[in-house]
Amino acid sequence: MLRMARSLPEEVLEHVFSFIHSDKDRNAISMVCKSWYEIERWCRRRIFVGNCYAVNPSMVIRRFPEVRSVELKGKPHFADFNLVPDGWGGYVYPWIAAMANAYPWLEEISLKRMVVTDETLELIAKSFKNFKVLVLSSCEGFSTDGLAAIAANCRNLRQLDLRESEVDDPSGHWLSHFPDSFTSLVSLNISCLGSEVNFSALEHLVGRCPNLRTLRLNRAVPLDRLANILRRAPQLVELGAGTYSAELRPDVFSSIAGAFSGCKELKSLSGFWDVVPGYLPAIYPICSSLTSLNLSYATIQSPDLVKLVSQCQSLQRLWVLDYIEDIGLEALAAFCKDLQELRVFPSEPFALEPNVSLTEQGLVSVSEGCLKLHSVLYFCRQMTNDALVTIARNCPKMTRFRLCIIEPRTSDYITLQPLDDGFGAIVEHCKDLRRLSLSGLLTDRVFEYIGTHAKKLEMLSVAFAGDSDLGLHHVLYGCENLRKLEIRDCPFGDKALLANAAKLETMRSLWMSSCSVSFGACKLLGQKMPRLNIEVIDERGPPDSRPESCPVEKLYIYRTLAGPRFDMPGFVWTMDEDSALRFS
Amino acid sequence: MSPEIGTHQLESDTAGDMNFKETELTLALPGESRTLKEMNGGTIGTKRGFLETVDLNLGSPRADCSDKDRNESENDVLTAAKPPAAKAQVVGWPPVRDYRKNAMKSCKYVKVAVDGAPYLRKVNLEMYNSYEQLLSALEDMFSCFTIRNYLNERKMVNGVENVPTYEDKDGDWMMLGDVPWKMFVESCKRLRLMKSSEANGLAPRTPSKCSSTSG
Repeated sequence: MLRMARSLPEEVLEHVFSFIHSDKDRNAISMVCKSWYEIERWCRRRIFVGNCYAVNPSMVIRRFPEVRSVELKGKPHFADFNLVPDGWGGYVYPWIAAMANAYPWLEEISLKRMVVTDETLELIAKSFKNFKVLVLSSCEGFSTDGLAAIAANCRNLRQLDLRESEVDDPSGHWLSHFPDSFTSLVSLNISCLGSEVNFSALEHLVGRCPNLRTLRLNRAVPLDRLANILRRAPQLVELGAGTYSAELRPDVFSSIAGAFSGCKELKSLSGFWDVVPGYLPAIYPICSSLTSLNLSYATIQSPDLVKLVSQCQSLQRLWVLDYIEDIGLEALAAFCKDLQELRVFPSEPFALEPNVSLTEQGLVSVSEGCLKLHSVLYFCRQMTNDALVTIARNCPKMTRFRLCIIEPRTSDYITLQPLDDGFGAIVEHCKDLRRLSLSGLLTDRVFEYIGTHAKKLEMLSVAFAGDSDLGLHHVLYGCENLRKLEIRDCPFGDKALLANAAKLETMRSLWMSSCSVSFGACKLLGQKMPRLNIEVIDERGPPDSRPESCPVEKLYIYRTLAGPRFDMPGFVWTMDEDSALRFS
Repeated sequence: MSPEIGTHQLESDTAGDMNFKETELTLALPGESRTLKEMNGGTIGTKRGFLETVDLNLGSPRADCSDKDRNESENDVLTAAKPPAAKAQVVGWPPVRDYRKNAMKSCKYVKVAVDGAPYLRKVNLEMYNSYEQLLSALEDMFSCFTIRNYLNERKMVNGVENVPTYEDKDGDWMMLGDVPWKMFVESCKRLRLMKSSEANGLAPRTPSKCSSTSG
């Protein structure tokens, strides 16, 4: 066998490896022997770094010299909910600067929760001659000036996707920076932009890019512009409409309806801010071919939603507001038998009383009618253990289950018991569960169930739950595949963390805020575990200005090969081997 | 919330800071995470956001934590805000992203920076009806600092004065109070409580507009 491996020419091996795409497989290949390691590293084209601080750019570049596509993630997930203070980190510039030198042929950059500046975008625009794909997901720190640089310089750009990023957009004129000769666009997502773009520039751009498949417009694009845009791009597969509201007029209606009918390839719809229900029938003709529908901004009530959804027999993904109510979810269950993913968002998350009739029953109905359902995000105000058990039994193939009962620590509203048994049923029956978010009244027992059964679980989100360190211990000890754990406002402290310190090196990261982990324990962890960064985030000033037993405000622990980072703001301290000395 | 939990909470003793049951009924109006406020003589993480609000909202022992009582309680930030059709919020809960909240009605979240405070915070301008309410809420959020009232009344607490300013749609920094409230909400992009010494360069207040700034 060994002789054969040595005698196969490099080119042959490289050719074989070119069919292997997953990181896991590529990593396995690289461990077979030294020569395979060498061959593999020279031909790896895509890299994914799940935590930009786990490794530094020069390490990546040294090992993989011929990369064409880079994906990086920065801030922890709880940054989405304002739990990570501004200025914490996640700056991408050092990566881009390093890659500008090392990867002149880089084609794709995908960033999530990172701080991107206009300077960064300008550097990208001038460094990579064959640049094709820029995806900025939940990023911030840049403006339309940076986008103008990308538009002006990236001659072969295929995809510009700004999904959910925070963009400073003083001017809508950046779109005009795409030269007239630019025709390669395949995907454009500007749905997050607050201000108007230049409409004629947009129409002209859409009209001259024959390969455009995805177009997600922002709210500032009015309905009467939509028809023009659609007529220039009848080949669109994915469309995000802008504001879907205008005075009801038959001529406008038939214009929109006609434009939609012309789009025979449309499979995905999103956007739809400020919907005037009278215009909804304009999309009825294309409903039957839709596989993805994102109405999570559409403030339409359940009768209109039912009419719409009952025509979408091919629907696989639905994102919607809780205006759909239980009755709408029953219709969904009856008509959309191919449904795989459901997300129901709260229309009034801060209202004291429920404003809609959406209960646990809606989710139960969907679980009964949609046998392919495997991904759920559901905001509601009441739940029972029975409902969760029913859902678990109906959906053994569930892979992502996120339930948010809006009021913290809400018990089963019928039995007044904690919801331990309900979530226990979820982890017991859904053996492929990879992601779980808990809510409601929960004791340590739910964590025991999770530790015992959730063997494939990779990401767990916990809030206002548990009684003691035992809860945290069950999870750290039992969940073999756990990669990301995020916890807020739980009575978890030092014991479980210190007892499971080694586990932390097998995970990407652990976030704990408003818990009971003491500064002393953080220091100890920092000493014991050199390959972890233990970041204490505290607004009250240096942790050593308070007693060692005092709990830290926020704690972010992640494994790293790069050591402590150097770009921390004044309210973040890394515990390392020297921290005992430094803080004494 | 079922009444059983309410009565139960009074009897249940606190296992120190770990027992959240006694704060349960105040959840309806928990404050923003007020980490600067030193409650109960020590900022212990588990209390934040809940026990704080108990002390904050209820001047008298929590005999009856109904909404009615809360409305009648003495000067506190939350009663100064709009009538409780909406809750005041715990930071980051429920876990709905800001761009979603902003897409809904009655939501306009802007960042608030305070010179000298490490963290930025966010406020929902739609929750308030006037500059007074907003300033009151900000004072509470950043309790170590004094905000100079836009009518030039000052409350000296720690001897630190901040001047409330905001960045408008055009990118200019203005002092609060110059335009009618609704116009302010529409054009405000972010807030900054500037040290008095730095605020000198800003456009001076025009006294004639004062009367139109309330409501």
